[in-house]
Amino acid sequence: MTTTMTGRPSVTATEATRIARPRRTRRSWRMPNFLGGFGALLWLVFVGFPLYLLLSTSLRDEGSYLTDGPMSLPRDPGLENYRLVLDSDFLHYMANTAIVTVASVAIVEVLTVPAAYAIVRSRSRLVRFGFSTMLAGLAIPAQAVIVPLYLMATRLHVYDTLLAIILPTAAFALPLSIIVLTSTMRDIPGELYEAMSIDGASPARVLRELVLPLSRPGMVTIGIYSALGAWNGFLFPLVLTQSSSSKVLTLGLWDFQTQYGTDVPATTAAVTLSLLPVLVLYLLGRRHLLNGLTAGFGK
Amino acid sequence: MSSTREAGRPGAIWAVPALLFFTLFAVVPMVLVVLLAFTSWSGLGSPHFTGMDNWTRLLHDHTFRESLRLSAILTVVSWIGQTLVALPIGVWVAGRTRTRAVLSAIFFVPLLMSSSAIALLWGTLLDPNFGLAHVVGPWLGVDDGNFIGRPSLVLYTLIVVISWQFVPFHVLLYQAATRQIPESLFEAARIDGAGRVREFFSITVPQLRNTIITSSVLMIVGSLTYFDVILILTNGGPGTSSRILPLHMYLEGFSSFNMGYASALAVVLLVIGTVVSLLITRVTGYSKMTSQREGL
Repeated sequence: MTTTMTGRPSVTATEATRIARPRRTRRSWRMPNFLGGFGALLWLVFVGFPLYLLLSTSLRDEGSYLTDGPMSLPRDPGLENYRLVLDSDFLHYMANTAIVTVASVAIVEVLTVPAAYAIVRSRSRLVRFGFSTMLAGLAIPAQAVIVPLYLMATRLHVYDTLLAIILPTAAFALPLSIIVLTSTMRDIPGELYEAMSIDGASPARVLRELVLPLSRPGMVTIGIYSALGAWNGFLFPLVLTQSSSSKVLTLGLWDFQTQYGTDVPATTAAVTLSLLPVLVLYLLGRRHLLNGLTAGFGK
Repeated sequence: MSSTREAGRPGAIWAVPALLFFTLFAVVPMVLVVLLAFTSWSGLGSPHFTGMDNWTRLLHDHTFRESLRLSAILTVVSWIGQTLVALPIGVWVAGRTRTRAVLSAIFFVPLLMSSSAIALLWGTLLDPNFGLAHVVGPWLGVDDGNFIGRPSLVLYTLIVVISWQFVPFHVLLYQAATRQIPESLFEAARIDGAGRVREFFSITVPQLRNTIITSSVLMIVGSLTYFDVILILTNGGPGTSSRILPLHMYLEGFSSFNMGYASALAVVLLVIGTVVSLLITRVTGYSKMTSQREGL
């Protein structure tokens, strides 16, 4: 957690009082930051208004949307559109997405923990070389490898299965996860490691009793990060699956648009529903989630 | 294992599973894409070797040149635009008052949305007949409200959508970094009579130097993956006026089934991505193996 600094005093000496009697910067009047506030307010409207339209449109019927225009208030709001969406394959797609997300996160955690531990503590040259390979892979755009992944998926007979999505999704989440967890583990004081090895603890015991408990924040972070990536993933499902049975939510949404055509309220209801699980998580653990998103890029 | 210094230290074997996995599903594809770039393959059957054919085609492909130009514009404009918005807001949000915390909660919702959800939302907003664009267009001098149907406007409209999606993330970066600036620096400036503007440019911005670099690099890398929103909203159109490089590659491969040529385009992407990656590790000091973020 960030250190709890007291709020920055928002006041300072004005020019006049400073000349009159120089004093410490305590509790004198300072002009509020109007410019920053105004900019932020503008952006808030820019972000908030589309979200408001998303919600209000999803509550109205198609006819009134077309005749009254997008800005008008819904005449008699109802959940009809949500029922329409839930009656389709939406929940099936959501279940697929959930499977992909859980599996990807599990793979990332299981692979990252021992790797980061080895990077921090091992003296092996192989580990160092592997780490720099991973770093080079940090910004490789996934787009660059979709053709070979498609080739591999068809050859390995996993094309059009959830496994085909899970494997590359986890692989591409690895570099950043390893960086984040490595920096968490580096913050564990060296003396603690020394103390345990003097006691003759095996690496496995050090991991279990020292490293794992102390790197839990990092593990939460990479879990959130890779979960969001998997949940919102679009490209791998797009090129590696085809049939409705292995369709994930992001692709399903796109389908709804073609399926419903001009039925905008139904589309917005589908979008709102797809956002719901993440939004609930966000409300439960806002700080964790936001920290998770910027992890590894701090400073 | 014999020396006492090695006792209790994990061996290389601990890192092998992750390395193996990454090699199999990320490194092997990267190698394969280079090989495929010298073949012709329709997606069915087996690729066959065609030498430099794809590369000579690349040199004469006007759409490729156009897509590079569009990618460059997208990268530079969205980078400058997003930075100019995110930096001041991030600094403002870093000040701790309750109202700001509440306001900032809404800021971050776009971060949680998938690209396809965002594209769908904006698709309805930008619909020239029934969407918000129909109402707002005339105010902005676009009488028919057809922001994404005009070749001259489409790329900039997409940049607005992309900013809507990503500015919150960068606000978050700047907010976190601003809170780490030692309070004493601001106090010293105030004692010297610096106003807000002076304080912002003489203290905040220089102190955020590293964050500005990180955020910029992330935005530039991000430009390479701005793909899904554009695919759903415009599919590269009208014509090819929003067909940026990754989209050109995708459409060549999975729409025209020229997988060999798509691989050649992917190699270009890969080279750009690698250069940027190396920049990241150089600039941010990840490669120096120092702790980046204490006690997260």
